[in-house]
Amino acid sequence: MDTLVSALALSAVLDLFPRGISQYLIGGLLVGTGTAVIYLGTGISAGASTFLESTLSYVSEQQRFQQPRFVTTRDWRIVFTLSIVAGAALYAAVFQGGTWTTDVQPWRLFAGGLFVGVGTRLGKGCTSGHGICGVGSVSRTSIGNVAVFMSVAIGTALAVSAMGVSP
Amino acid sequence: MTAGNRHPLFLPLVVVGGILFGFGLGFSGMARPEIVLSFLRLRDLGLLFVMGGAVAVVGPVYFLAARSGWNAPLTGRRYGRRLKSMDPNVLAGGALFGVGWGLSGICPGAAYASLGIGNYPILWGIAGMFIGAYGQGFVRSMSSGRDELDASAVE
Repeated sequence: MDTLVSALALSAVLDLFPRGISQYLIGGLLVGTGTAVIYLGTGISAGASTFLESTLSYVSEQQRFQQPRFVTTRDWRIVFTLSIVAGAALYAAVFQGGTWTTDVQPWRLFAGGLFVGVGTRLGKGCTSGHGICGVGSVSRTSIGNVAVFMSVAIGTALAVSAMGVSP
Repeated sequence: MTAGNRHPLFLPLVVVGGILFGFGLGFSGMARPEIVLSFLRLRDLGLLFVMGGAVAVVGPVYFLAARSGWNAPLTGRRYGRRLKSMDPNVLAGGALFGVGWGLSGICPGAAYASLGIGNYPILWGIAGMFIGAYGQGFVRSMSSGRDELDASAVE
């Protein structure tokens, strides 16, 4: 009986991870290592989304974008972003065997991007700034932000799916 | 800090860190919106291990570095934790971010990595992010006083 219960429990847990966990965990450790390398060398918490505003400082005279924290970091943030692209391209070359494109509809990508762009700037960070550096710092602000975006995102994805939008 | 007086290893280090970051996002599957959406629809909770794995590395590094009282070798910056002040915008921003993430399955870092794996339709999402960030900054510039401009105060 105990064996049966354990087997059912194990199978229920495995159902939650249909693709296993190793690629997720290894990927996460690499993402963390990249963040830690930059932090240990420079003391900077490199989030991915400040790139949006710092790059806008090249083309917009809005005082919002002309703050020193964007203007003095905009060049290395471009280098950081291009390196992320290059690192992913390296992954694709080694493990993916060619390019891959999403089936998620363009309007979803665009509309989702709009919300993400507003939300990350209003909320002072994104999945990397709050989710990795902030949570790694045990910042209450970041943990609160992540709890909100995670629950809202789950609700949104379930609702969109329930409305029959796919992919 | 201007480009002129930066340590010569500053940009190379950013490149190494960025490549590790992007490679990891590719390896983890987070560069694919479908995988993120299957997580958010609670079909595959493996993505928890991406954030968990990253925090497992970054958490101890930040904790020990911040306690050491040392300065970073390439910038002279004192090691500190990433702390931002809490205000209602942090939660409102998180909610908007969540709507976007749940709708599209993309967040900024993963979107850049997605471009790297050849997913050119992600440019729709990146364009949306730039327009959203611009709109947010435009409205803030119009509506707020200068004192509020730098909102990165310590928690």
